[in-house]
Amino acid sequence: MAKVGVITFLGSLDDRDALRAVATVGGTPVPLWHGDADLKGVDAILLPGGFSYGDHLRCGALARFAPIMGAVAEFAAAGGPVLGICNGFQILCEADLLPGILTPNHGQRFICRDVDLIVEAASPWIGNRPVGETITVPVKHGDGAWFHPQEGLAELEANGQVLLRYAEDINGSTDRIACITNAAGNVCGLMPHPEHAVDPLLGSIDGQLLVGRLIAA
Amino acid sequence: MNHVADPSLHRQLGLTDDEYAQIVVLMGRDPNHFELAVFSLLWSEHCGYKHSRAVLRRFPTDGPTVLQGPGENAGVVDVGDGLGVAFKVESHNHPSAVEPFQGAATGVGGILRDVFAMGARPIAILDSLRFGDPATERTRRLLDGAVRGIGHYGNCVGVANIGGEVRFDPGYEQSCLVNAMCIGVLKASDLKSATAAGIGNLVVLFGARTGRDGIGGASVLASQDIDAGGDDKRPTVQIGDPYMEKRLIETSLELVRDDVLVGLQDLGAAGLASSASEMASRGPVGVKLDLAKVPLREADMEAFEIMISESQERMLACVEPSRLAEVEALCARWELECSVIGEVVEGDHLICTMGDTVVGDIPVAALVDDCPRYALDPQRPARLDVEPVDIASLPPMGDASQLLEQLLALPNIASKAAIFQQYDQIVGGGTVIRPGADAGVVRLPGSKRAIAAALDGSGRRTWLDPRRGGRQAVAEAVRNVACTGGRPLAITNCLNFGNPEKGETPYMFVEAVEGMAEACEALHAPVVSGNVSLYNEHSGGPIPPSPIVGCVGLIEDAAMSIGAAPRNGATIILLGDAAPAVDGSEYQAELLGGVAGRIPDIDLAAEAHLIDVLVEAAAAGISHAAHDAAEGGIAVAAAEMAIAGKVGIGIELPPLAERDDITLFGEAGNGHVLVATDDADALLALAARHGVPALRVGTAGGDTIRVAVGPTVAELSLASAVGAWSTTLPALIGAS
Repeated sequence: MAKVGVITFLGSLDDRDALRAVATVGGTPVPLWHGDADLKGVDAILLPGGFSYGDHLRCGALARFAPIMGAVAEFAAAGGPVLGICNGFQILCEADLLPGILTPNHGQRFICRDVDLIVEAASPWIGNRPVGETITVPVKHGDGAWFHPQEGLAELEANGQVLLRYAEDINGSTDRIACITNAAGNVCGLMPHPEHAVDPLLGSIDGQLLVGRLIAA
Repeated sequence: MNHVADPSLHRQLGLTDDEYAQIVVLMGRDPNHFELAVFSLLWSEHCGYKHSRAVLRRFPTDGPTVLQGPGENAGVVDVGDGLGVAFKVESHNHPSAVEPFQGAATGVGGILRDVFAMGARPIAILDSLRFGDPATERTRRLLDGAVRGIGHYGNCVGVANIGGEVRFDPGYEQSCLVNAMCIGVLKASDLKSATAAGIGNLVVLFGARTGRDGIGGASVLASQDIDAGGDDKRPTVQIGDPYMEKRLIETSLELVRDDVLVGLQDLGAAGLASSASEMASRGPVGVKLDLAKVPLREADMEAFEIMISESQERMLACVEPSRLAEVEALCARWELECSVIGEVVEGDHLICTMGDTVVGDIPVAALVDDCPRYALDPQRPARLDVEPVDIASLPPMGDASQLLEQLLALPNIASKAAIFQQYDQIVGGGTVIRPGADAGVVRLPGSKRAIAAALDGSGRRTWLDPRRGGRQAVAEAVRNVACTGGRPLAITNCLNFGNPEKGETPYMFVEAVEGMAEACEALHAPVVSGNVSLYNEHSGGPIPPSPIVGCVGLIEDAAMSIGAAPRNGATIILLGDAAPAVDGSEYQAELLGGVAGRIPDIDLAAEAHLIDVLVEAAAAGISHAAHDAAEGGIAVAAAEMAIAGKVGIGIELPPLAERDDITLFGEAGNGHVLVATDDADALLALAARHGVPALRVGTAGGDTIRVAVGPTVAELSLASAVGAWSTTLPALIGAS
């Protein structure tokens, strides 16, 4: 069974939820610690939500320097699957493992609700769902506006790196882009929380697609 | 122990001449400045409950599920599977009125610490807010600040916000209320006491450094010794650091998990002074602290400042010397400072030193047990001797459809989604029912069981009749929990009142507590924790007497919990047939010219049967949605169900009151609950078995809300109801 490492940074909040979600989709969850450079032989890595080191600077800006991040970068460069959710997405952008950067929501308020996301590219990260289909996943963030200059955006789209778009503009993200990958497609990040959409009792289970990718890779 | 206190100083610190004389007797000598500062705080109303303790004894505190009643940091109930649930509600009213963001944020921080000090992982927050006229700039600023503060702290520590309520009433114009409740889960065997024991054991302080924040009234002492004052009188509102708190939670829980500690206590009001004396008192043992070993945020703090500082995010532990290394290692892992600041000693004194110099030496019992208690002098206000409103004196009934639309848009009834959306509702992975329902529901980790929790209270109703209002505050919270399928286990309460030494407050307080206690007994919901907030008043007089009740209930199978959304085609049954009244209703307050009259009483035995029906119907899968009528009466409750279910609803009510508008929009003493079912016969039979009045009143379906009483019809399209209900709050807080 695929071993999926979930990194706990100081201030991570959804790490235990992510570990549980990995188990829900059939993976073996492995807790990883920010201060270790040891990935414990995992097959995939999940960077969870929260506020790493308090995020008193730009969100994710400090976490990129955590001892484990060097190992994550090597793992990603070797093609290993890496998923960043919320603060994990912010960290991956700050670490230049994903394009763009996350800035405060345009409404200047934290927002927690279910959102509809439109599939923009058929990808194993979204269970190869057809383009144009809608999935539902909750968001909860204050700094969720993904920003990317117009230059290079078309290239991201053409490469199929834009996986999901918000059905409506909730936070001011460039072109309502919600989920992107790196050029190689093995590193994926999004502000919505797929690990909170895996249990039918709690709502949508569309998050199983993204978390499930970590054990299928 | 050099200087003796200036004989007038005690008055500046809020102690009376008699209290000072008692201190001299208890000490056997005059106290010094340090000792006087400690007494002034521990003998304050906030710490010593000197006006309320005798009255609070009226509450029932025992029950078959109670593992820990009042007296510790939080109460704990047994929920089966070897799990306990710890919970408490606490106020942070005064700081929030001064600085709403930090006041509300640190209110959340404080109540979290009370819960994890018990060894419980916090899994849910609820909050109850009261503000003045929503049209004023001041109210908007306070509301926005408090909501952002609660969100900032709760979102950053990763504890889900699952409910609560917000009410506006001119009576809170000068004194807003911010009450926060926290619920935590623990292995029943991990239950921790905030005790110190074992001579030679160490007292360890961990978490944030200590600064001059929250020193408050005692700052007059600083000015005794420092010439150029000003700079050293820091603001008395504390500043919160949720990132520190998050690490404090994980460190504390790992210490409890590994059974490293003898006792664990948070630092709250009166800081070390309160925490150390309470731990010593529970032993009972003596405690010796060296204040020079407390890590400081700023240099040159005086001993008394270190002792009473209310710096946030600090915990105090009692540790055997052989386990100190484990405490240090866990603190290092989570990057927290920890320091041995004292030890458990023979005797029964709290002895404080700065290095080798003794700065204070006080018998612990004098601080904790000998705090003076004052009997209240309840005088029944003549204004309470009134009859219910004479229906004949009311203006003629308006158009029922228009009234329904107006009511749905009132700030006290309209959707609070714009507020709740600013809170993380789902972290922890257990939130089954999110905020906005009758109660929030959160599944317990590693269990199929869930907890339902509600936080409620009506100052307006308690102001009109404190005994009945007290009963109804408990009944409402209990009923809301039962609506989601939760079997009520126990309650916590925060008693927000005015000055207990004058006016009608003593009477209102005693009567409200009596009413609450009666309801707790009748509904089998003992009080396991709570908090009293007095002196909530300004030049305009006291706030409306506001007991806020938090109820926690158990749902055996989380999958059987229900919300307020009926399915298309469901039959709607009305449980309860009490007569709604205009007195004290939102309808009266906002649309009929103001609050007056006398609220109807509640039949507590009938309410207990109603609770049984709600719980059994949900557990058996007979009902799939339930919603109780509150502000706006049965018609508004029906509209809210339709909005929740995104489906129309059509119901026909019998005339329950003298006038049809009162049947539709009035508010009764006993509960009216609308229940959606696909098996009406089973629900009616269940209700009959419990002797609860039940009536088939209509169905869910279509896209129209229609509530009729005889010829009077309130009818709105679902879309216009949603429009009226959802635009008020976003406009008020300036959110889109």
